[in-house]
Amino acid sequence: MNKIVGKEYFSDKVVKFEVEAPLIAHSRRAGHFVIVRVGKKGERVPYTIASADPQKGTITLVIQRVGKSSEKLCQLEVGDYITDMVGPLGKATHIENFGTVVCAGGGVGVAPMLPIIEAMQHAGNRVISVLAARSKDLIILEDQVRHHSDEVIIMTDDGSYGEKGLITAGVEKVILREKVDLCVTIGPAIMMKFVSELTRKYEVPTIASLNTIMVDGTGMCGACRVTVGGKTRFVCIDGPEFDAHQVDFDEMLMRLKAYN
Amino acid sequence: MMSDYLQAERAQEWREALRNTMKNKDRTAIPRVKMPEADPQVRSHTYDEVNMGLTAELAIGEAHRCLDCVNPTCITGCPVEINIPKFVKNIERGEFLEAARTLKETSALPAVCGRVCPQERQCESQCFYTLKLKKEPVAIGYLERFAADYERQSGQISLPEIAPSNGIKIAVVGSGPAGLAFAGDMVKFGYDVTVFEALHELGGVLRYGIPEFRLPKEIVDIEIDGLRKMGVKFETNCIIGKTLSQEDLREEGYQGIFVGSGAGLPNFMNIPGENLIGIMSCNEYLTRVNLMQAADPESDTPVHMGKRVAVIGGGNTAMDAVRTARRLGAEKAMIIYRRSEEEMPARIEEIKHAREEGIEFYTLYNPLRYEGDERGRVQRMLLQRMQLGEPDPSGRRRPVAIEGDTVWLEVDEVIVSVGVSPNPLIPQSFSGIEITPRGTIEVNRETMQTADQMIFAGGDIVRGGATVILAMGDGRKAAQAMHAHLQAGQS
Ligand SMILES: Cc1cc2nc3c(=O)[nH]c(=O)nc-3n(C[C@H](O)[C@H](O)[C@H](O)COP(=O)(O)OP(=O)(O)OC[C@H]3O[C@@H](n4cnc5c(N)ncnc54)[C@H](O)[C@@H]3O)c2cc1C
Ligand SMILES: Cc1cc2nc3c(=O)[nH]c(=O)nc-3n(C[C@H](O)[C@H](O)[C@H](O)COP(=O)(O)OP(=O)(O)OC[C@H]3O[C@@H](n4cnc5c(N)ncnc54)[C@H](O)[C@@H]3O)c2cc1C
Ligand code: SF4
Ligand code: SF4
Ligand code: FES
Repeated sequence: MNKIVGKEYFSDKVVKFEVEAPLIAHSRRAGHFVIVRVGKKGERVPYTIASADPQKGTITLVIQRVGKSSEKLCQLEVGDYITDMVGPLGKATHIENFGTVVCAGGGVGVAPMLPIIEAMQHAGNRVISVLAARSKDLIILEDQVRHHSDEVIIMTDDGSYGEKGLITAGVEKVILREKVDLCVTIGPAIMMKFVSELTRKYEVPTIASLNTIMVDGTGMCGACRVTVGGKTRFVCIDGPEFDAHQVDFDEMLMRLKAYN
Repeated sequence: MMSDYLQAERAQEWREALRNTMKNKDRTAIPRVKMPEADPQVRSHTYDEVNMGLTAELAIGEAHRCLDCVNPTCITGCPVEINIPKFVKNIERGEFLEAARTLKETSALPAVCGRVCPQERQCESQCFYTLKLKKEPVAIGYLERFAADYERQSGQISLPEIAPSNGIKIAVVGSGPAGLAFAGDMVKFGYDVTVFEALHELGGVLRYGIPEFRLPKEIVDIEIDGLRKMGVKFETNCIIGKTLSQEDLREEGYQGIFVGSGAGLPNFMNIPGENLIGIMSCNEYLTRVNLMQAADPESDTPVHMGKRVAVIGGGNTAMDAVRTARRLGAEKAMIIYRRSEEEMPARIEEIKHAREEGIEFYTLYNPLRYEGDERGRVQRMLLQRMQLGEPDPSGRRRPVAIEGDTVWLEVDEVIVSVGVSPNPLIPQSFSGIEITPRGTIEVNRETMQTADQMIFAGGDIVRGGATVILAMGDGRKAAQAMHAHLQAGQS
């Protein structure tokens, strides 16, 4: 049982929670996630740890309401308890001074991107963040991202904020302008697929954080499997981050629809 | 060679008297009891337990068959060396609670083992009846289950004696049978024991793997409750190596760690199409159904309910999956196995039950690839016909493909049950222990101690996929050895 101590709406569909989880707050690193279950009949669903406060013993999750389980979670209020929460899961992001890093985050993917942006900047990288969403009100965490980035490019589908266009346009602009040593991308699978295709063309090494369907999150079931470099890998223990150019995104997109 | 202790027990007056009540010739003339079973037509649609248990009358009758041998070879077949004649003779004289107490002298989970032990390969394979008389053995497993169930239903569950607390903190990684057995013994010795479990419920495979119709979850709950009453503490949702590191445990003053983290990593065959929708590991399928109760319409966790379900493999896990699929409404529930039925590792009883429930067996077939529809859902699988060749190093005859002999089979769900590998979480995150090339933890088989003196391990993480009773046996051995090790350190 983990108590919710803070709740904030980023938009109608995106909620930020601060949750008591002292052990997780103490051991988590950028890139880690937790598995959450709401209610005795609830399912186990993964969410990235967006940030943590080890002193206070809390972690932050940013949840996008898309279906039954995220909806259940978003209905909880400050003072309520999350039935089960386990973590930190997955491998932490590999952080070092690569040089120039482009962080391409789409939609709610900006939340898990934030700790990576922070850590990359801390390691001495020049960090260029490209944030994308359908419209202005879906751009989240802009201030925090700005605080830890050398430059921020914002792209909206409808042009209601920043530049009009897809995330790939923003990333391509940077690649054409200067040498990029690494690209990190987190967001909807289809977006990561297109970012990956773009950076492959320009031979920019790219890391994608995959959001497959999971059950246990400890390597026990194989529900989260994806094909990477022709081999079957488990996202929960081998990932969630992989060399994007090796990921079979079409298969992943197909598997994400298993229960729709 | 039996211990003096066993002989002294056997010499007790009541045992002597009981032996004299009936001639051995008459005892061996009694036919082995038949386990009352739920009707296959009905049970293949419910989760009720298939084996219904012996009545007191049936149990006493069966207990009469046991000859209370001078040299009870049955005990050598039991990995935890239960004093089998002592508990069986207690049943014969109607002292059922005493029988249950005898079981608990050595076994932490008798109600579980009485149900899931492969008795035909263990205790019962070494019974005098099997070895010398070439008759059906005493139904030791059924009797064990009877005594444990009787005690539970009587409400008079005995708690073993517990030594005064010595305040020494011990951590257990994993709440499967290995961890539970270890915890039970250590708390008896007076240690302050905490079991850490990664999942939100306790019991390991007993919870998420073995289905309700073979092992009702209520039984697992009661056994765990017993441990709780004895003072064992449980922390769910806590992954050692992730939530708490090895160093964290040391800093918190834990003086011993037992790793019973199991063999939870499912193997796939790596053949084309295996990642199509509707194809999953046996662990995923059983976890969804057992741990997450996906078949309950109230539950948020979904599960595919195929009409034509193929389960690949011939072990206990495969039988559990295929029988579960039948209960979830599969019209055709099939076992696909690359050798013949004779080589199947599953328990004979499980194969029999599966057959009765209408499971179809495709033996000597091996899947080559899968094909799906435009949405990526599995539709059919290509099977390779096999034949048996020369024996392999394990002594089983090797399956060999019959070139060109293939057939397509229509399926809408496939469950891959071709074995598990050791859970990599602990091997990857602990330092100071040695890992074998197979990914298991290296231990001294006498003491279950790893290369790090403070860390012991047992169960599937040491053996690869094994059995409940072997895991428990390891847990008990490790408890003995760790206790001795810590005491030596104190003085
Ligand atoms: C490592 C990782 C990190 C993630 N981080 C975030 C995050 O920070 N914020 C965020 O909003 N989302 C995140 N996601 C996605 C999120 O876990 C779910 O996809 C989403 O909440 C789906 O749940 P739903 O029932 O609301 O959606 P629906 O679209 O209604 O899902 C339909 C059905 O599909 C199944 N399903 C879909 N996705 C998952 C899943 N990932 N695990 C288990 N079952 C699933 C469920 O059975 C569900 O009932 C992450 C996913 C992964 C793997
Ligand atoms: C479907 C199925 C049917 C079976 N049928 C039979 C049968 O009929 N008879 C029989 O004898 N055997 C059977 N077996 C085998 C038997 O269940 C196992 O050999 C036995 O459970 C192994 O026990 P264990 O304690 O080593 O591990 P497990 O039972 O696997 O328990 C390990 C536990 O540790 C937890 N864990 C892992 N890593 C960590 C960590 N880092 N931190 C915290 N917790 C962790 C896991 O979540 C799990 O709960 C069956 C197995 C399966 C899967
Ligand atoms: S624990 Fe298993 S092997 Fe031992 S006596 Fe009981 S049924 Fe037989
Ligand atoms: S070997 Fe068979 S007959 Fe002899 S004591 Fe054991 S169970 Fe009884
Ligand atoms: S979620 Fe079960 S193995 Fe990854």
